[in-house]
Amino acid sequence: MNEASAARGRTREQMAQRLAIDIPNGAYVNLGIGIPELVAKFVPEGRTLIYHTENGLLGMGPSPAEGKGDPELINAGKRQVTANPGAAYFHHADSFAMIRGGHLDLSVLGALQIAQNGDLANWSTGAPDAIPAVGGAMDLVAGVKNVYVITQHTTKTGEPKLVETCDYPLTGQGVVNRIYTDLAVIDVTPDGFRVVELSPGIEFETVEQRTGAPLLPALEEAKAS
Amino acid sequence: MINKRVASPAEAVADVFDGATVMIGGFGEAGSPIELIHALIDQGASDLTVVSNNTGSGEVGLAALLKERRVSKVVCSFPRTANSTVFPELYRAGFTELELVPQGTLAERIRAGGAGVPAFYTPTAVGTPLGEGKELRTINGREYLLEFGLTADFALVKGRVADSYGNVVYNKTARNFGPLMAMAARTAIVQAEHVVEPGDLDPEMIITPGIFVERVVEIAAPAHESELVAAGVSYP
Repeated sequence: MNEASAARGRTREQMAQRLAIDIPNGAYVNLGIGIPELVAKFVPEGRTLIYHTENGLLGMGPSPAEGKGDPELINAGKRQVTANPGAAYFHHADSFAMIRGGHLDLSVLGALQIAQNGDLANWSTGAPDAIPAVGGAMDLVAGVKNVYVITQHTTKTGEPKLVETCDYPLTGQGVVNRIYTDLAVIDVTPDGFRVVELSPGIEFETVEQRTGAPLLPALEEAKAS
Repeated sequence: MINKRVASPAEAVADVFDGATVMIGGFGEAGSPIELIHALIDQGASDLTVVSNNTGSGEVGLAALLKERRVSKVVCSFPRTANSTVFPELYRAGFTELELVPQGTLAERIRAGGAGVPAFYTPTAVGTPLGEGKELRTINGREYLLEFGLTADFALVKGRVADSYGNVVYNKTARNFGPLMAMAARTAIVQAEHVVEPGDLDPEMIITPGIFVERVVEIAAPAHESELVAAGVSYP
C-alpha cells in the first residue's frame, strides 16, 4: 500500500459504522440528514436504538417497500419512512420538548466547521445570495445530551473543518462532544481537540496537518484499554 | 346545536382579509392543507403573513399562494426544499420578507401564543445570528434568550377525521404543527377526510379538542403535493 492510499482513511460507510459502535443499547437518537442517516445501517446486532425524527415520530423504521409508502409518514429529510412496533406520533411542540428538554440521548449531525471549544457551524455558509434555512439544528444542539458530528476531516478543497474559531455562522456554542471523520475519532475537551482513535493506517501527524487547531494525541490509558 | 361543518373550502376561507396572518400546517407535504390553500388562492386575499415550517414545492399549495404574490411575509424555519423555486425568486426580488425561526422555537412560539403565554426563554440560538438582538437572561448558570408567542387570524390545518364539534385526529407525521396552529389562531379551519358526528370519535383519542377549532370541511380524497408536482400541475 503506498502512502497516498494509506492516508485515505475511512469511507462514509466506515465512519458511520465506527460511530454506531459507540451508541449504547436503548438510546434515543436523532440522526441528521446525509452521512448521519447511514449510522442506522450499522448498529451492532443485539442493540435496539429508538430513532426520533423531529417532524413527530419516535420509533422511526427504514424506508418502506416500493409502493408501500405513505406521503404523510416521512422523516425530517422529507423522505418516506416506516414506523416500528412501539412507535409514537406527536405534534411539533412535544417533539421539540423531547429535544430541548434533554430527553434524547444523542444527536448526530453533519458540519461545515467545528471549533476547538465545541462551537458548531452547520446551517449556513453566510453567502449573501443563499436562502437562509435552519430547520431544527439549533434546537438539537441546544438540547440533546450528546452531540456527535460525523464529517470529512477537510473540505473538498482541502481546508480543515476542525478549526480554532468558526468563520461560518454558528449553530450553537460549545455544543459538540465528539467528532467522527475519515481520519480519526476526536473528542472536544476543555483542553481542545484530543484524538480518541486514529483510523486504520492513519498517522497522528497526518491528522495534525489537516486540522486547523492544536491537536492532542490519544491518552495512553485509552490506547491501552 | 353546535355544528362547525361548512359545505366547501371556499366557504371555509371566505372571510380571510387582506393583511391577515395565516398559519398553515404541514411539514413538507405531510399535513399541507392543499385544498384550503387553493380555496384561499381563489378567494383573493393578499398581503398575507404566512406562518409555516416550509414554503411549499412546485407550483401547487403554499408555493402557488406565494407565486400569486399574495404573501408579503413568511415566518418559517426551512424555506428551502427540493422543487422549491417560487419562494427563492420572491425573496431575492425583495417581494416576500422572511423571518427565519429555528423549528423548535417556531413550534413553541405557536404553542405559547395559543396557550396565553406571551413570551418564554429558550436556550436555542443563543450565540448565533438568529439570537442577535434578543433579550438574554442567565437562569441557573445557563444563558437563555427571550422569544415571543405567535398568534394568527386564521389557521389552515389538515386532519384525518374531525367531528362537527371540531374535535380532530390526524394521520401519522401529518400532525406536526396542526394542533398548535389550531390553538393559536382566532379562526382555525380544519379540512378532514371524514367529518363525523359527535360521539363517533373516542374522547381518549382526540388530539385537538373542538374548543380550538371554528370550522371543519370534508375533503374526502385530499391531493398529495408530491403527486401534483410530479404531474407538473400548476395552480390555478
